[in-house]
Amino acid sequence: MKKWFGTLTTVWLGLSTHKLRSFLTILGVVIGVASVITLMSIGKGSTQQILANIQSMGANLISIRPGASMFGGVRGAVGGGRTLTMEDADAIAQQVPDITAVSPANTSNLQLVVGGKNTNSQVNGVNPEYFAINNINIGSGAFFSADEYQSSSKVAVLGTNVATTLFPDTDPIGQQMRMGNIIMRVIGVLESKGAGFNSPDDGVYIPLTAMQQAVAQMRTPQGGRIVSTITLTVSDSSQTQNVIDATTSLLRTRHHLSASADNDFNIMSTEEIAKTLSQVTGTLTLLLGAVAAISLLVGGIGVMNIMLVSVLERTREIGIRKALGARDRDIWSQFLIEAALLTFAGGIIGVIFGWATAMLINRLGVMSTVVTADVVIMAVSVSIGIGIFFGFYPAWNASRLNPIEALRSE
Amino acid sequence: MDNGSIIIKLENITKTYPMGKRELTVLKGVNININKGELVAIMGPSGSGKSTLLNLIGCLDKPTSGTYYLEDKEVSRLSGSELARIRGQKIGFIFQTFNLLSRLTALSNVELAMTYVGGIDRQRALEALAKVGLSERVRHRPIELSGGEQQRVAIARAIVKNPSIFLADEPTGQLDSKSGEEVISILTSLHAEQGITLVLVTHDINIASHCQRIIQLKDGEVIAEKSI
Repeated sequence: MKKWFGTLTTVWLGLSTHKLRSFLTILGVVIGVASVITLMSIGKGSTQQILANIQSMGANLISIRPGASMFGGVRGAVGGGRTLTMEDADAIAQQVPDITAVSPANTSNLQLVVGGKNTNSQVNGVNPEYFAINNINIGSGAFFSADEYQSSSKVAVLGTNVATTLFPDTDPIGQQMRMGNIIMRVIGVLESKGAGFNSPDDGVYIPLTAMQQAVAQMRTPQGGRIVSTITLTVSDSSQTQNVIDATTSLLRTRHHLSASADNDFNIMSTEEIAKTLSQVTGTLTLLLGAVAAISLLVGGIGVMNIMLVSVLERTREIGIRKALGARDRDIWSQFLIEAALLTFAGGIIGVIFGWATAMLINRLGVMSTVVTADVVIMAVSVSIGIGIFFGFYPAWNASRLNPIEALRSE
Repeated sequence: MDNGSIIIKLENITKTYPMGKRELTVLKGVNININKGELVAIMGPSGSGKSTLLNLIGCLDKPTSGTYYLEDKEVSRLSGSELARIRGQKIGFIFQTFNLLSRLTALSNVELAMTYVGGIDRQRALEALAKVGLSERVRHRPIELSGGEQQRVAIARAIVKNPSIFLADEPTGQLDSKSGEEVISILTSLHAEQGITLVLVTHDINIASHCQRIIQLKDGEVIAEKSI
């Protein structure tokens, strides 16, 4: 213990006599650690934001989209096919257990006109269950009712952005607007969900039945009414996989797929979507971290450079210490601890700077950032590791000096 | 004083350095015995092997052949870290160029000698500085001390460990005659009062005359031994 204290005092003396140099030595490490912390916090922050957005879409959701269409062996884009139908949705509702709601939907980009104003918007043909399934709430007015749905009423519910674009000065409820070539009556405006992944603020929602009348009716060769997505809610999230399996086999039967054929649709739970997206952002975060780690490496080389100079400059001191009884390993540990302590200090300062930068980015609202303990611990331990790694060779050099020659050096 | 017991016994010591393709033999079979409590001067012209001999005695180097017994223990075949331990515990060096650490105070320089052997004891360090008459200057750095004072700090650094032998390599070589005399009088009084064993390399006959025995070295061989 006493001995360790002695070593630390020795090391502190070595560092404190060259304050400016010590600071410049660790500057590389400071910048490296600070950028690791900042970039990782940005990465983690955006991952969390995306996950939160998905959560706000609703839990226990399973969404089915048409799969890649095949034309003579050429695979088209996923979602480009026209394989899902209203009849599929009805069959799922009737035959698959543990489902609370089924919501087929169709989307189309249409021009909306009110007086002199017009906008192009994504129009979603949905059923009344759609809003509850997707956690979409009404701001003013009302959703369309089951009766209005059944009777293909020409009514529309607007997202907030669409409402303010078309009706900047008036209350949109009860107003009329032209959609394509039919006239729709506005009966409700949604509560804003804010910008984000798949935000309903920019959409318009009408009964799917009305959409199928108003827009050119699209049918499969078998006469099925085509929809672009089917969304299901599962009553019990532990049954999600069973529901997926049951739905898959039902749709495969309905679509007459042979055992060796691929699915002509994609089925995914929200959980899986979240997993996939967080994998993507996780990779991005790693990439950011790797770029920052390179700057740490450069900082480490700087430490090695200075340590080599420092050993050279203190050759005589090493000789004196050896004459006074220091073993090779005492000298070695002195320089190694010195390097590790330098980079550790650099790591701590870097964490402070990185954290402050992350907080600032968050405060300015540029991006949401999250500093997690694991990143901080990792950054600090890596910086100590860099000191040990890059201090190893200079320290070894120092310990190997011949005491007689070292004493003779100037 | 336990005169008569042999503390240093060198038997047929040779030391050879590689010089390019050829070898340079600096010591050619040296036999020396030094008794406990003895004050010995090693003299000789430059290149006679004095410093090499002193380095061997001080365990800073190993002989090429021959045997070296320090306090009846053979040390000529020990490993590097064992030699370091002996240097730390049994040898007190006093160099021509003082070899103090310039950024440390006199006190810290003395304490430095204790870091590798058992740990720092401030009280003992202060006592050692008092013995060389530097009680008033313990907080001074070497640059704030005269040459003679610096050498006295170095002597304090040697005595603080209470070593078996003191080795001094031209201890007055860089001092004016007055400071040199002071340093020599400190060393001789340490010898008189505490019975330290001191081996001194010098080419100043006046300094050598303070010693009990003078060993003359030339071309790596002992050519004369003279007791005073």
